[in-house]
Amino acid sequence: MSETSVKEMSETKVKETNGTKVKKMLFILSKGTIENAYAAFVMANGARMEGIESEIFFTFFGLETIQKKKLEHLRTATVGNPALHMPTMLGGLPGVEALATKMMKKEMEKLDMPPIGEFLEILSDSGCKLWGCKLAVDMFHLKEEDLIDELDGVITIGDFYGRANEEGTHLLFI
Amino acid sequence: MKKIIADREIDVNEEGYLVDFNQWDKDVCAYLADEQGISMTDKHWEVIEYLQDKHHKEEPLSIRGIKKSGVINIKEFYSLFPGGPLKKSTLIAGIPKPKSCI
Repeated sequence: MSETSVKEMSETKVKETNGTKVKKMLFILSKGTIENAYAAFVMANGARMEGIESEIFFTFFGLETIQKKKLEHLRTATVGNPALHMPTMLGGLPGVEALATKMMKKEMEKLDMPPIGEFLEILSDSGCKLWGCKLAVDMFHLKEEDLIDELDGVITIGDFYGRANEEGTHLLFI
Repeated sequence: MKKIIADREIDVNEEGYLVDFNQWDKDVCAYLADEQGISMTDKHWEVIEYLQDKHHKEEPLSIRGIKKSGVINIKEFYSLFPGGPLKKSTLIAGIPKPKSCI
């Protein structure tokens, strides 16, 4: 095989594996549990790492994750969560939720998962846009100073849809 | 798989990452960077050396690690290697693509 054809072949191969039609990922985070926050953050960060644009719209209980005073105190739900394989009655006992959260955080730390506050900094530095939902911010009577400094603004869902106005954009509700 | 890089035949995997680090040198590095549309500056070299050092110490690479590195911050990292910084910088550095999701 000649040198040129080796090069041509490998270049085609490289292009094939790098190609994705996803250009932008928009996430709506509506829940305030720690696992939902991490799901959104890992996917949004993963998108940026692949050269895909990403943005997160925080609404309803998702706003807990961008409130300065609350973001490091997110928990996992031990009641009504069958995946924890714990009797519902037990999950409701005092301290159980805190213990489950502590164990989860410990495991995440082992995998070098950043805490929520640091993760938000990473996302912001990586160029991921972070938006608060106007309606929910009003509903919970939140002020600008309650929210993280990295927030890009408080916008309406209409504004957010406007940001989806290009080919290859995907919206994901969490 | 073989690929002609800087007038030499280099072993790469299907994503274009070098299989044998011994085949890497600054010419190969500059060639790979050029293919990614990156022209190497002193800061680029500094980052490449940091990544290689981490790899040789068998420490996993992550974006959090970059933040803590003291070599470069995340914003600069994204601007030096646009469009998938860790993916591109490891390719240029001749080390495997990080498998981590973070």
